[in-house]
Amino acid sequence: MQLLSPLLAMALTLLCGLGIFAGLGLPPGRAFHALFIEPVSGMNGLSELLLIASPLCLIALGLAIGYRANVWNIGAEGQMYLGGICATGVAIHWQGHAGAWTLWAMLVAGAAGGALWASVTAYLRARLHANEILVSLMLTYVADQLVKYLVYGPWQDPQANKFPMTVEFGDDALLPLLQSFGWEIFDGTRVNASVFIVLAAIPAAWLFIGRSFAGFRLDVSGQAPAAARYAGFPQTGAIWLGMLIGGAAAGLAGAAELAGPIGRLNDRWTPGFGFTAIIVAALGRLHPLGIALAALLMALLYLGGEAGQIALQLPKAISQVFQGMLLMFLLGCDVLVRHRLQWRAAPEIAAGAAA
Amino acid sequence: MVAGPLLELRGVRKRYPAVLALEHASLEVQRGEIHAVLGENGAGKSTLMKIICGAVRPDAGEVLWEGRPAPVGDPALSRALGIAMVFQHFALFETVSVVENIALALPGRLGLRALAKRIEEVAQRYGLPVNPWRPVYELSVGERQRVEIVRCLLQSPRLLIMDEPTSVLPPQAVGQLFGTLRGLAAEGTAILYVSHKLDEIRSLCDRATVLRGGRVVARVVPREESEQGLAELMLGREFPRTQRREHVPGEPVLELMGLSMPAEGPFGIPLRSVSLKLRAGEILGIAGISGNGQAEFLAALSGELPAEDAQTVWLGKETIGKLGPAQRRRLGLAYVPEERLGRGAVPEMSLAQNALLTGYQRGMVRRGLIEPGAARRFAQDVIVQLDVRCGGPRAAANSLSGGNLQKFIVGREMALQPRILVLAQPTWGVDVAATALIRQRIIDLAGAGVAVLIVSEDLGEILEVCDRVAVLASGRLSPLRAVSDTGAEEIGRWMSGAFPDAPATLQ
Repeated sequence: MQLLSPLLAMALTLLCGLGIFAGLGLPPGRAFHALFIEPVSGMNGLSELLLIASPLCLIALGLAIGYRANVWNIGAEGQMYLGGICATGVAIHWQGHAGAWTLWAMLVAGAAGGALWASVTAYLRARLHANEILVSLMLTYVADQLVKYLVYGPWQDPQANKFPMTVEFGDDALLPLLQSFGWEIFDGTRVNASVFIVLAAIPAAWLFIGRSFAGFRLDVSGQAPAAARYAGFPQTGAIWLGMLIGGAAAGLAGAAELAGPIGRLNDRWTPGFGFTAIIVAALGRLHPLGIALAALLMALLYLGGEAGQIALQLPKAISQVFQGMLLMFLLGCDVLVRHRLQWRAAPEIAAGAAA
Repeated sequence: MVAGPLLELRGVRKRYPAVLALEHASLEVQRGEIHAVLGENGAGKSTLMKIICGAVRPDAGEVLWEGRPAPVGDPALSRALGIAMVFQHFALFETVSVVENIALALPGRLGLRALAKRIEEVAQRYGLPVNPWRPVYELSVGERQRVEIVRCLLQSPRLLIMDEPTSVLPPQAVGQLFGTLRGLAAEGTAILYVSHKLDEIRSLCDRATVLRGGRVVARVVPREESEQGLAELMLGREFPRTQRREHVPGEPVLELMGLSMPAEGPFGIPLRSVSLKLRAGEILGIAGISGNGQAEFLAALSGELPAEDAQTVWLGKETIGKLGPAQRRRLGLAYVPEERLGRGAVPEMSLAQNALLTGYQRGMVRRGLIEPGAARRFAQDVIVQLDVRCGGPRAAANSLSGGNLQKFIVGREMALQPRILVLAQPTWGVDVAATALIRQRIIDLAGAGVAVLIVSEDLGEILEVCDRVAVLASGRLSPLRAVSDTGAEEIGRWMSGAFPDAPATLQ
């Protein structure tokens, strides 16, 4: 039943989506084709799909590990910003003296930056019992302001006509495209080496969740906090580990985004991957394989949203509408799979009870 | 008045997806009789009671009330007939007063003042002293039970169902309860008394229906049967008796020296300077009603709540007051907590994973990775050793019955080869056969030189298993007594807190 509810949610989303198209006066079949089939019918489309799915998958894997321990990190978006900031710092500080090491340093700095941002939440939760949902969410807005400060201020490209962006990264600070490895099938596509990071992260997360003792302790903390206390797995440990892994994954994804298709830091470089990844993690049932599939699905919604704007003049919000429906149906299905609605009349006053 | 039984069930059958809970069960209750329903856990007692009070609809069979078909499957209609049930676990709101709790449970609206007056009347009449204005959190378990009984009596029931009512009561309160029940029966109220405590049934009940595996296996007059005979009817085979061993205390293993603890939670009780010495090969029982500092005492022993002063808890020659549970376990302290699901075991995890919960220091983890084979073997050994009925090491903890899960947890902690084993309510809610097995294993373990400490509300258990006994009441520990030098009388008196202050040095 646990696995049924995402499938059910997808079916309901699709159904309602078709209903919305019909309501807009579009033939549902054609709209569906234009939104969800056409964008991925060529190699170019598939590579765009991978390009979007990669960061979603990476972030969701990290979040899922925390979620399994009931550590609700909602601030992956902000942790991703910090990852991007740190990677950018490395890239532009060593702009003239870069080497093969630069890219690696950027990725490490990105992961560290994300983890550092998450550690603020972890500290407040572990020491002061501050709610990690609120703290991590609010810190996202702080991180956003930090990015704005940097790209409007000290890191602004002097040649950019006051546009809020840094200089373009040098070649050593960019992830190589797959086509540069000589694989002809990727010719003309933008997909880059970051997919290797994700392909490594999926089995790594699987191993961590399924086989490692640390993963087991997190699961115990999440499923039965009293059992974790009894066994001697401290809750603070679960908070720290869950937040740091989530933050590092988000930071790494941020660094890979900037070193990949974006190529420089600006003030609106992510379409909310950090938030979408929360849906991916939930839709994937916090399991690495499920998350990989869910990431592809959410990436398709992004692509479909863009295609809908072009082909059918649909508003930009269409992909968010689909995301929102999917999450709502998923939560609804989860509740209804576990519980049953019962309609009942107001209780009657039993006769003779007050005798 | 109509002749014939007040309540009669004929050929009742109830099947749940996985089990046949009742098959061709019948029951006959007369006006004014105290009728026992006797059976092991899983024998179908609770299903039968739920059918009677309308919570469960039987698949087949008849329910007759005063000879006429009674409505089934509707609690409100059953209540209207005059059927009331006092549950084993009380559903009372801690923070509000007795009268407010009762007002919430009663249909209709009655002013609190008027209701309080009626509560006092009923309480007076049946010898159930209850102050309607006291908040529930201040009440002892016995007082809470009284509140529940008064709540039922306010509805003038004609049939009162009591589900394991004495499992939480001190001996004196049991006597009081029996007096009340006899008085009610004398007025014509029928009482269905669900229990597996044979001595109580023999002294209280007029007739008994014995259930085994969902079927009625006997109808007897309990006074005419021996306890042994009743037990064998209930189990369907010979009743295992615990074999005591000679008590040869060795070196002190655990020492508490003036251990104090703040209360856990708003309704907890602080521990006040508890001292004791537990020796190798000895079984020490801590009697007393839960909520008298038991939670704090156990948390202080297990390390879940470290002491403020490391010097107050000693394991052998080491001070462990500030160590956490994992460190204490490494030094040889194993612990079986009171809650099985959710604390002693993770409900949705397999037995193998639950073996890992405390057994991970025993070669089940290598370089940070779990060795699933080792965990499965460990779990399998425990299953074999303690005769755990389950679907093997891969079975989820929540698929086991309470008794089998408890056997697994006790077996797991014993397999850690501890120097001291602490058990909280080791056989609470566990069926008779599993109880006997667990108690025997505890005795054998002490015979092998392990120090054992049992915290239990079940005084009978402590007197059966332990060598020495003390009472924890209001956060204070009584003097320790050899079990052979004391009895239910004295210990029962101590449970209310009436004991001399223990000279700390002599314990």
